[in-house]
Amino acid sequence: MINSTSSKATMVLGAAAIVFLAATLAFGLVFSGPELVQADSVRLMYLHLPTIAVAYSGFAVTLVASAIYLRKGSIFWDLVAGSAAEIAVVFTAFLLISGALWGKPTWGVYWKWEPRLTSTAVMFIMYLGYLALRRLDLPPEVRSRRAAILGIISFVNVIIVHYSVQWWRGLHQGQSVGLDTQIDGLQLFSLFLGLVAFMLTGAWLLIHRFRVAWLEHQVNQIGFEHALAERRAESGGGIELAGGNS
Amino acid sequence: MLHDAWVMAQKDLRIERGSRVVVGQILPFGALILILFGLAISPDLTVLDTDRRSVLAQVAPGLFWMAVFFASLLALGRSFAIEAADGNLDGLKMAGLDPAGIFLGKAGAVALQLLILEILLGFGAFVLYGAPLTSIVLLVIAQVLATIAVAAAGTLYAALASGLRVRDTLVPLLVLPVLAPVLLAATLATEAALFGPTGSGWSWTMLLGVFALLYVGIGMLAFGPIMEES
Repeated sequence: MINSTSSKATMVLGAAAIVFLAATLAFGLVFSGPELVQADSVRLMYLHLPTIAVAYSGFAVTLVASAIYLRKGSIFWDLVAGSAAEIAVVFTAFLLISGALWGKPTWGVYWKWEPRLTSTAVMFIMYLGYLALRRLDLPPEVRSRRAAILGIISFVNVIIVHYSVQWWRGLHQGQSVGLDTQIDGLQLFSLFLGLVAFMLTGAWLLIHRFRVAWLEHQVNQIGFEHALAERRAESGGGIELAGGNS
Repeated sequence: MLHDAWVMAQKDLRIERGSRVVVGQILPFGALILILFGLAISPDLTVLDTDRRSVLAQVAPGLFWMAVFFASLLALGRSFAIEAADGNLDGLKMAGLDPAGIFLGKAGAVALQLLILEILLGFGAFVLYGAPLTSIVLLVIAQVLATIAVAAAGTLYAALASGLRVRDTLVPLLVLPVLAPVLLAATLATEAALFGPTGSGWSWTMLLGVFALLYVGIGMLAFGPIMEES
C-alpha cells in the first residue's frame, strides 16, 4: 500500500532544497548589500532569475518528453511532459508576479510593454492552453498524442513570439534598463544560491507531481479493468469490449 | 496531395455555399465588432502628433485585424464542426486522403473565406474609421500572407482541439497566443500601407511570409499524427 509519493531520494532532495532556500534567504536578505541603482529591490533578482531558470527548464523537459512520447508511445513520457509543464506554468505565474513587483520600484509601473514581459505573458497563456488540452474529453491515447504535438510546437512558438515581440519593441524604443547592471561577488553568490535552491525545488516538485500523475494513471487503469471484469461476469464472459475509452 | 487538398477545399466551400454560415453569421459578427470598437474608442479623440488624425483612424489597422481574428475563430470552429459529426475525419482517412492534403484543403478553404471577409470588413473599416491609403500593393500582399498564416495556424490548432465530446471553448485559448506575432506583423504592415512610409511595412510583410510558410509546413507535418486514430 502506497500512502506517500516520497522516497529516500526525494527526501534527501527535499531537505537539500530547504537548506539552499534558507541559505538564499539569509544571503539574499541579510549578508548581501543593496545595489547602487536598484537599492533593495535588487534582492528580488535572487528569486526572479532562478524562477526563470526553473520555468524554462520545465518547458524544455516538456519539449523533450513530448518528442520521446511521439517516438516511443510510452505513457511515462506523456506524464513527465504534463507534470513538467504544470510546474513550469506555476513558476511562470510567479515570474510574472515577481517581475511586476520588481517593476513598480524600478520603472514606477507594474507593467511595461517590454519584450521580455510581453512574450512571457503570451507564453504563460500558451501553456495554460497546453494544460487545458490535456484535460479534454478524448480517448487517452489521442489526447496524449495531441498533447505531445502541442508540447513540441508550443516551444517553437515561444521562440517565435519572443523574437517578434523583441523586433516590435526594438522599432519603438531602446533596450530597457534593469537587468544589465553590475553586481558584486556576494550578490552573484546569492544569485547562485537561489539558482541551486530553485532548481532543487523544481526537481523535487517534478518528481512528486509525476508520481501523483502516475498513481492517477494506475487508478484509472485498475478501475477500467475492474469495470471490464464486472461486465464480463454479468454477461457470463460473452462480451469483448472494444476500444480503450474509459 | 494537392488533388486531395483541392477536393477538401471544394467540399468545404460547397458546404458554405449551401449553409451560408460565414456570409450570414460570421461576416455580420465581424462588422459588429468594427462598430463596437468605434463605440469603445471615442471617434472624437485625435492624435496630436499626426496632424490631428482621429485615434480611431490611427488604430484602425489593429482594430481591423482584431475583428478578423475574432471572426476567424468562428470560421475555424465552423470548419471543424462540419467534420465532428458522424466520424467524418475517419471517413476521409479511410477514403485514402492524404492528411497533409486534408490540412491544406481545410486551411485553404478557411483562407479563402477569410479573404472575402477581409475585403468586406476592410471596406467597412475604411468607411467607419476614415483611414487614408498609401500603398494598395503592400496592403494586398500583407493581407494575403497574414491570412494564410492565420488560416494555417488556426486549422492546426483547431484540429488539435477538435473531437466529438469536446466543446470549442479551447480553440481561442490555443490559437490567439500563437497568432500574437501575426497580429503584430499584420498590424504594422497595414499601418505602413495606410499611413506610409512603406519601408518597414515590407519587412513586416516578409515576416508574415515566413510565418505563413512556417505554419503551413508545421501543419502539413503535424496533421498525420493528429489524425491518426482521432
